[in-house]
Amino acid sequence: MRLETYQTDGFYDEMFEADGAPRSRVRGLASRLAGLSEGELTQRQKAADMTLLNMGITFAVYGHEAGTEKVWPFDVVPRVVEGHEFARIDKGLKQRIQALNLFIADVYGEAKIIRDKVVPAELIYSAPCFLKQCVGLKPPGGVWCHVTGTDLVRHSDGKFYVLEDNLRCPSGVSYVIENREVMKRTYPQMFDGMRIQPVEDYPEKLLETLQHVAPPADGVPNVVVLTPGIYNSAYFEHSFLAQQMGVDLVEGSDLVISGGFVWMRTTRGLKRVDVIYRRIDDTFLDPTRFRADSMLGVPGLMEVYENGNVTLANAPGTGVADDKAVYAYVPQIIKYYLQEEMILPNVPTHVCWVDKERDYVLEHLHELVVKPTNESGGYGILIGPRASAEELANYKELIRANPRNYIAQPVIALSRVPTIVDDHLEGRHVDLRPYILYGKDIFVLPGGLTRVALRKGSLIVNSSQGGGSKDTWVLAEDGLNGSHDIASKQAQTQSQSQSQSQTQSKPAFVASGS
Amino acid sequence: MLSRVADSVFWLSRYVERAENVARFIEVNMHLSLDLGESASQQWGPLVNITGDHEEFAKRYGEATREKVWQFLTFDRKNPNSILSCLSAARENARTIRGTLPSLLWEELNKFYLYVRAAATGDSFENAPTFLEQVKLGSYLFVGLTESVMSRNEAWHFSRLGRNIERADKTSRILDVKYFILLPTSHDVGTPLDVIQWAALLKSASALEMYRQVRGRITPVDVVEFLMLNTEFPRSIRSCLARAEESLRFISGSPGGTTTPAVRMLSELGSQFDFPQAGDIIQSGLHEFIDRFQANLLAVDGAIFDAFFAKKPLATTEPLPVGQ
Repeated sequence: MRLETYQTDGFYDEMFEADGAPRSRVRGLASRLAGLSEGELTQRQKAADMTLLNMGITFAVYGHEAGTEKVWPFDVVPRVVEGHEFARIDKGLKQRIQALNLFIADVYGEAKIIRDKVVPAELIYSAPCFLKQCVGLKPPGGVWCHVTGTDLVRHSDGKFYVLEDNLRCPSGVSYVIENREVMKRTYPQMFDGMRIQPVEDYPEKLLETLQHVAPPADGVPNVVVLTPGIYNSAYFEHSFLAQQMGVDLVEGSDLVISGGFVWMRTTRGLKRVDVIYRRIDDTFLDPTRFRADSMLGVPGLMEVYENGNVTLANAPGTGVADDKAVYAYVPQIIKYYLQEEMILPNVPTHVCWVDKERDYVLEHLHELVVKPTNESGGYGILIGPRASAEELANYKELIRANPRNYIAQPVIALSRVPTIVDDHLEGRHVDLRPYILYGKDIFVLPGGLTRVALRKGSLIVNSSQGGGSKDTWVLAEDGLNGSHDIASKQAQTQSQSQSQSQTQSKPAFVASGS
Repeated sequence: MLSRVADSVFWLSRYVERAENVARFIEVNMHLSLDLGESASQQWGPLVNITGDHEEFAKRYGEATREKVWQFLTFDRKNPNSILSCLSAARENARTIRGTLPSLLWEELNKFYLYVRAAATGDSFENAPTFLEQVKLGSYLFVGLTESVMSRNEAWHFSRLGRNIERADKTSRILDVKYFILLPTSHDVGTPLDVIQWAALLKSASALEMYRQVRGRITPVDVVEFLMLNTEFPRSIRSCLARAEESLRFISGSPGGTTTPAVRMLSELGSQFDFPQAGDIIQSGLHEFIDRFQANLLAVDGAIFDAFFAKKPLATTEPLPVGQ
């Protein structure tokens, strides 16, 4: 395959330097790509697509006929992150999650940070995801955000920035694990000579985290995954995680409340549930407390939770900390609780709720990216430089009408990774979502979900907007992953084979003279 | 295990078994019609009777021709017992319990479904032999995997229970329909044609070779005996009921006694096959016997549903704790 024609177009490319030479971390990989015969890459790509279809790794598409499933596009050219780069990400994320967790506990507790005027009270109490029902809650171990997926981007300066926090029900980790599996099945040669940190132990770590935060109970706590059902877009992930942890995947109607505890209906009667890894939104958890029309939750669940007889992961109310206006205050939040400087920087952010910043945003709209503070999935975003005069004018009205709902950031030139387009490679923009678990301590999975904007020039990587994904290889730092001495363990008796046993049990055949 | 999951495992297994049986019925009938030539057209109507969907068929298709019956039994989405419908239902059940199934099992079932779905879009009659073969193989693979990668836990027993109840039902149906058709020609006993027809009946239950090993020559009484009362052949009604009962007892946690209505009913039903001779059953009316059997099997189904799958109001399940 010819790589000479590949262009970095002035963007930071994850595989090539600006002069077209492969970066040191991917030298082996780049030469293998260059050595591929014509058509081989597309052939492997087809094999990977087929594998995904057969494995049923799909997501449901909303707005179509119920039950429509799609395979999420997967690109076989991996995205490689240097070990020492990820070590910094690891450190930065641990710091961030620790601070955000303290922040959530404070907001629903003594509210010191508000009284000390580090974060404006109105901003917090006007966040749609601030739940007044959660004031006074004390989740086990003081952990609120057990599972987090934080979106990072690499800018043209080569540095990683935090783009947004996802502290509610972040999805995508199943794709991290399955993408690796698909790569191993369809393209094992790609791994030659690379030392890549494994991601397969995530379910084990997740189970450990969930068991750790269980309310006091005899024996091993009963953990379940709560799903809205098979028509939810992330159903594959819910079932995958339950299966890999070996726990039950329940729907709201499988659970009942009785005698102050949560139970699940089994073939042998009711069984107590200790920890619910819930993948339904806060406001659907309990119709008696939040949305009365919720059919997905369990009436009475919150009362059991408040009495400490069941653990919900993540805790309800965590969304207050991933509100995009609150995001702008994370540097101050880290400093306030940890007396530390932020390790992983934020993208500079203008909070439209603040008068001065709003004026700036309205004046510079054509050069900014504007986002609604409480949306996800890439919906409602305005990319100033690409918007028409009319779109800009309309958006200005939106901002003026509801400034609390918008923040603005400079356009980040997301880094690019070579991606298969027809029969050749072109650069496509990517982000990176690592996953963080918070139980006994904080664990960052070495890897993450690399989402890629498959449309030429597009900066929107969301699956709902034409995004795909790639396997993410975090290289081992030197001294890790020493090879085990397998050969010596294999020096055991060989298995008996059929011919052996037969020759031993039967008398040798003696040819009689003819 | 969760009641909802148990329900899905049970039905998943039944649907796969049903698809396999329908495929075998069609295959055997195709071969038979090649042997019979001219009169073959009358062979296709009874096939729809076996699955019990003759009224539905008549309403929508009219006369039972080869092509119409083929379409109805393979890819007709409106026929809940077509191979495509069975596989869709099996996969949908599997999807809701993906957390419980070994991924190997899910993946093969998913491939199986994708294959059938793809076959449905082409003009498939030309490829009928390959298609039917693949459906049977898909089912064998499914059963083989449950045998080799699943623990003998509740899920496995629910799966085995479903499979054996479905099998018992299908064996009884094919026997009922075919015997009814073959009887008027009983004066032909011993003629080559008759042997071919009876052999086809055995083949429909994959039973011909095993039958030969124990009975040799084909006689109607021996065929009835083999398909209903044999204790060694895994598709005879009696064997199916015995396995189903074993699994039901495991699930109910009552290896010896007859504690739940479902166990009691299934046990009673099984005992009806322990004593009679095939000759006596035929004498007193095979069709009536099978009719009663099917009604009883339906009642067992209902009892299983009540005991394990139904969402009972909380009051009836107290006093509470099982498990912790």
